[in-house]
Amino acid sequence: MSLLLGKQNRFNLGENAFGLRPDLAIVASMIEPETQLLDVGCGDGVLLEYLVKERGCDGRGMEISQAGVNACVARGLPVVQGDADRHLVDYPDDSFDCAILSHTFQAVHRPREVLRQLLRIADVAIVSILNYGQWRARLSMVLRGRMPHTRIIAQPWFETANIRPCTVRDFLDLVRIEGARTGRAWGIAREREATAITPGFEGQANLFADQAVFELLRPVRPKARRRR
Amino acid sequence: MQRPDTGRGFVAMNQAARAVHDIQESLPGPRALLAEGAPIVLESGARLGPVTVAYRTWGTLNAARSNAVLICHALTGDQYALGTHPVTGKPGWWELMVGPGRAIDTDRFFVVCPNCLGGCMGSTGPAAIDPATGELYGTSFPMITIGDMVDVQARLLDELGIERVMCVVGGSMGGMQVLEWAARYGERVASAVPIAAAARHSAQNIAFHEVGRQAIMTDPDWCDGFYYRHGKRPEAGLSVARMAAHITYLSEPALWRKFGRALQDRYAKSYGFEADFQVESYLRHQGASFVERFDANAYLYITRAMDYFDLEAEFEGDLARAWQGTKTRFLLVSFTSDWLFPTSESKEVVRALNRAGANVSFVEIESDRGHDSFLLDEPDLFATVGGFLASVARERGA
Repeated sequence: MSLLLGKQNRFNLGENAFGLRPDLAIVASMIEPETQLLDVGCGDGVLLEYLVKERGCDGRGMEISQAGVNACVARGLPVVQGDADRHLVDYPDDSFDCAILSHTFQAVHRPREVLRQLLRIADVAIVSILNYGQWRARLSMVLRGRMPHTRIIAQPWFETANIRPCTVRDFLDLVRIEGARTGRAWGIAREREATAITPGFEGQANLFADQAVFELLRPVRPKARRRR
Repeated sequence: MQRPDTGRGFVAMNQAARAVHDIQESLPGPRALLAEGAPIVLESGARLGPVTVAYRTWGTLNAARSNAVLICHALTGDQYALGTHPVTGKPGWWELMVGPGRAIDTDRFFVVCPNCLGGCMGSTGPAAIDPATGELYGTSFPMITIGDMVDVQARLLDELGIERVMCVVGGSMGGMQVLEWAARYGERVASAVPIAAAARHSAQNIAFHEVGRQAIMTDPDWCDGFYYRHGKRPEAGLSVARMAAHITYLSEPALWRKFGRALQDRYAKSYGFEADFQVESYLRHQGASFVERFDANAYLYITRAMDYFDLEAEFEGDLARAWQGTKTRFLLVSFTSDWLFPTSESKEVVRALNRAGANVSFVEIESDRGHDSFLLDEPDLFATVGGFLASVARERGA
């Protein structure tokens, strides 16, 4: 399971030993064993199960669909039916070390509020997005004059759950506006090549990655003002 | 079972009271006589004992005694979750959930379902003999609480040699007991499944119960609760109580689908007060058949126990304290159309369990059939509970 560890900044996820979807494999690689975590939009619990059973994490899930919740419960995972927009407020501050939001961020109504909630309940948030700034998406839009339609962005605009399409740059702007900090970040191209997004190379990721995974850290609290 | 030695018991009871008593005695199934030495001290401070608990079991307790499932029934339920009911002749109330190959699989689990304290199907309640007088208790029966019911169930498990149950499960009032079980005896409960329940009875629910109680208590045949000795039963009152309560178990869509405004056995309105509408006829039938199997005083006592239930108050205003640091795994289930125990109440429990650091799962099941959904054919309910129990069993090697 040592894949993706170490100092490398390029990986081929085609060989990932996790048996997970590429972006989930990246997420899994960013999580330390025995982390207390919440997987928001955990689906049928594939990632959560991996983290709980293989990494010894204390993992909880939140999922909107009945089928997803049932699948998780049957796997023995603690999952609460709910959605990110409305139910993150139910958790007390600092409930978790880490909150995961994979491929759900663009499906929420109020992404900004969701981001705040994630970093309120957890020290670290791991968020993955589809990158609408990838060159194929751009080209598709420029040449066809229609909303991007690529292998990754497979659903037509009227059916996609991603009601908040954004690019890597858009996302990083929001993170900045919120005063949160970006930790490790990965761009994924062609569903298998992962490349670290390092400062100064965001534009490159924005052009080539069709998905991206970000580790977000809480804003540094301003130091108490000294009394004069 | 040994009859409590009442000395003059069988002299004091008249024929009518004896008949009430004998019916209970003749019900099939085992009984446990508990608290024979020292009486149970109830939450109210009153003492009660010895206490009889009538119960049923299905399946086999494994050698490790790790596969026991305790079912807590709802207000008007009883121990006959499975199999033909001895009084009504109808199938058990949870046949869809419990049985071989069902979600609560009697091929794998040892399932115990006791009649609750205060009930009228053989467990000690207002229609039982008061050993102090030799007469049936009537309203001299002490007030009981959900906590008292749970304490008695715990004693029953002691008697059965079950230290720790794999799961405590129940709907409605049964779900209240499940929450109380996990709060009082967390170490004895590996998992808890409260369905369509709440950590306290709402003002609206207390209000509905009060309507039912008033219907019973204003029935002249109630005789201040001592109707047994007069050979009477407040059937009119109890039946109205049931009719009112039954509405709260359903939903407008369910009633509309079933009856609409359809007329009963007639083509035109009668311009009178007969049961013109099917829904009226249905409710009257519900009321009439209920009095055949339920004791009015038991209804009073058990509804009161539910009204008094408030775990938050019990734990000094912080619900999370009820389960702080618990190791019990929880699965909560609510139904979208349940307005008696709405989803918001379950969510409040989920929030508190999260604060308490508990391992909790929660599902809101889409159903338009109201509170009673937990008793009906709801495949998502069975899939969720079945999956959960299977995973708990795997974990416990049961």
